[in-house]
Amino acid sequence: MTTTALKGQTVAPNLMGFTLPVTAAFGAFFGLLAGQATGAGALLGIIVGAAAGAIIAYVLVTMLPYKTGRLTAIAAIGVLGLLIGGMIGLIVGVLSGAALGWCAYWVHTGRYRASMPPYATAGQVLWHNTFKFICGAILFFLIAPIVTIIPLSFNAENFFTFTPEMLSLDPAGFSLKHYRDFFTNDDWLRPLKNSVIIAPFATIISVSLGTLAAIGLSQSHVPFRRAIMAILISPMIVPLIISATGMFFFYSQMGLFMENTFGMSKSLSGYIKVILAHAALGIPFVIITVTATLVGFDHSLTRAAANMGATPTVTFFRVQMPLILPGVISGALFAFITSFDEVVVVLFVGAAAQKTLPWQMFTGLREQISPTILAVATILVIVSILLLTTVELLRRRSERLRGLSPT
Amino acid sequence: MTDTSNSGPVLAADGRPLKASLNRALRRQKLRAMLLIAPLLIFIMITFVVPIGQMLFRSVENQIVSDVLPRTTQMLVEWDASSGDAPDNTVFAALTKDLMVAVEKKQHTRLGSRLNYETTGVSSLFRKSGRKVDDMGEGYTDQFVALDPTWADPVFWADLMEAPSAADALPQTTDAYNAFASTIISEDEKDPRAEQPWHTVYLSLHQDLTADPAADVSGLPAEVAAAQAVAGGFASEDLAASYIKIDKDWGTVETWQTIQTYSPKFTNGYFLNAVDMQKSPDGAEWRPEDQQIYLTLFVRTMIMSMTITISCILLGYPVAWLLANLPMRQANLLMILVLLPFWTSLLVRTSAWKVLLQQQGVINDIVVWLGLVADDNRLALINNATGTIIAMTHILLPFMILPLYSVMKTIPPAYLRAAKSLGATNWTAFWRVYFPQSVPGIGAGSILVFILSIGYYITPEIVGGTKGVFISNRIAYHISSSLNWGLAAALGAILLAVVLLLYWAYDRIVGIDNVKLGG
Repeated sequence: MTTTALKGQTVAPNLMGFTLPVTAAFGAFFGLLAGQATGAGALLGIIVGAAAGAIIAYVLVTMLPYKTGRLTAIAAIGVLGLLIGGMIGLIVGVLSGAALGWCAYWVHTGRYRASMPPYATAGQVLWHNTFKFICGAILFFLIAPIVTIIPLSFNAENFFTFTPEMLSLDPAGFSLKHYRDFFTNDDWLRPLKNSVIIAPFATIISVSLGTLAAIGLSQSHVPFRRAIMAILISPMIVPLIISATGMFFFYSQMGLFMENTFGMSKSLSGYIKVILAHAALGIPFVIITVTATLVGFDHSLTRAAANMGATPTVTFFRVQMPLILPGVISGALFAFITSFDEVVVVLFVGAAAQKTLPWQMFTGLREQISPTILAVATILVIVSILLLTTVELLRRRSERLRGLSPT
Repeated sequence: MTDTSNSGPVLAADGRPLKASLNRALRRQKLRAMLLIAPLLIFIMITFVVPIGQMLFRSVENQIVSDVLPRTTQMLVEWDASSGDAPDNTVFAALTKDLMVAVEKKQHTRLGSRLNYETTGVSSLFRKSGRKVDDMGEGYTDQFVALDPTWADPVFWADLMEAPSAADALPQTTDAYNAFASTIISEDEKDPRAEQPWHTVYLSLHQDLTADPAADVSGLPAEVAAAQAVAGGFASEDLAASYIKIDKDWGTVETWQTIQTYSPKFTNGYFLNAVDMQKSPDGAEWRPEDQQIYLTLFVRTMIMSMTITISCILLGYPVAWLLANLPMRQANLLMILVLLPFWTSLLVRTSAWKVLLQQQGVINDIVVWLGLVADDNRLALINNATGTIIAMTHILLPFMILPLYSVMKTIPPAYLRAAKSLGATNWTAFWRVYFPQSVPGIGAGSILVFILSIGYYITPEIVGGTKGVFISNRIAYHISSSLNWGLAAALGAILLAVVLLLYWAYDRIVGIDNVKLGG
């Protein structure tokens, strides 16, 4: 008999001795919060919550099937919340009803120990579930700040917190005015334009030079390979503030040189400076992703192509490039996001004419904090979700192409 | 066997020796690889390595003092600060000559601010003196002109200075006149033949004539010999007194000591300043207690980075363990929760924390709503070290989870089961079997997080207030506000040294080729 077969073969626990107390404790916790929040007092909250938990557990597990039971719990606690706290109460009630109902079934059907072997002691099961809870809390910590700002960006007021109207889901509490501000205000549109100009050019430079160098580095006999690699990766390791300090001195002289020797306008030389600086910062990402793709590259393919009469150029574009393309594209995305997100270097190297979106956000956060920042942030979160999806799809495609295990 | 030994070395198809042929192929391969790498290497060298090198150079460079005050610094070599007296009139004369040129070239204020980093008050000293310096030495001019009005004639001066023996007979005068001539040509675009020389030229002439009353001036116009005869009887001007009248700091040993100490072309002054020390006649010494800030900041940067790293280990380890041990499908789903913050703009995450942590922000609102704290006693979560630590732990957590995950992925789960079946308790099995194997992941993640956090600027600047800022914020301040670039470069150089040390450690532990992005 294997362990997997053993899993799930659990006996329904004792109703009075286990399910009721656990759900009641769970309910008491919600009651404590509700009691504190409504000002009814912690003790009253705990008693009411525990009673509600116990009643729900009893009714649900003895009388109702799973789906009906969950809905009943949600409805009952939701109505209770509505009576006590209005609209906010309804939301909180529905959520705690869902949680209590889930808890009752989860405990009573024995699913809480489904992933544990049946010989696990009570202590081990408790630790296992506590551990999962801790992990859930950490993941919540990771994602909650990003998620919270999305509804806040629809705030009708210039506040940075949820207004009572928003909490009661009153349509008057929501508006698109911060988005309207972003798309009409020149203070935001010009930085957006600059970001859209600078990032692609920086990406093109880092990707073209980076891919060639990565191909060179992946050959079998490269003198000083480690030293070269260390130099090429250094822009990623050296703290941005140091890179920015160094570039500040050097690029101001370079800007003067370009203006005096080639007669460039101040704005053009400013863009060139920022693009070159961002390209340098993006290169390590291209090198890392492309060399990682080339690790699995079968060099006999290029030899075969050469054998059949293809010139090195044709071999590169028709054989090697299609195979390493996923790596190149994800490197390009990394380089793009590096430039698009970068603020320290552009702050030091650029002039006001090259103000980028992150720079404007930075000034906005430091000086006149305006809720438009939240609208911008929400848009950027959506952009990063798109980028994340693309990179993930490319990674899977690359693994498939290289014959690694599909995931 | 005998065949090959008879026919010499093995030959390739084209008749060359195989060894040479292979060597040639290898050389060509190396060359091709280098040609592919070269463009990028050159690009990085120019756009990144050279700027960093220039910054390092700037942290020791100190040419401005000897460039602006060449004569003074030379005279000061012999001055002994321990005598307790300010230098004599000859040094003040040299200072006058230097300042005259510097004021015309508008360099004296820059020099003033440079020396002000070392001794406060020098900046205003130079600015005030710069306004009055063109009156210094006027007494000599008047006396020479009274002796013979020809001395006021610019053409006479120009001809006198062109005389072949002038440089030998009147060395200081020639030097002062040349400085005068070249400065008014370059700065005012005037003709020296049309301008009466500065008072400093007459001052130098007096110095030359009195220094050696018997000097041979026979090759020069008769006016020189006439002046030489009476110059010793001229009323001498007390330059030192005039300067001290402008600002009494000129009479103090400290001012002169500062100029003397910082006259070499290279200095370790910025580095000493960066560790709260200063130069003094007896070598390096600590700055006064109330001026010591950088060591505190370095220590704070280190402690806070360590706190952030430890928080990241504590939070990252369980999540990485869960991700590595869940079935692939669920793990990939949860991985999104880790990767999304990783891909989200740094500014977005920082603004999220600024919004959440405010006094009137979401977290405080929830805590107050739950009645955990009173409304008038809201938690101070932002503009202090707490804010920086919370926000940066959140921002850097993915950099801990990803390396940990890739290491934990390679630990076979059977080891843990084997340990348990041999009788280990859960804790022993974890601590003696699993944990040691995950240490490389902790090492890699910690160094990565630590390196990233000691150089952070944006997040501490926004959520750190004054108590939660790092050394990088001070560097940015010196670059953009105080303009003490040398000190900024020195602070940056120290930080760079720390990071490179850690980078070297990272390379030894993980290998720089093994950096993975996005799982």
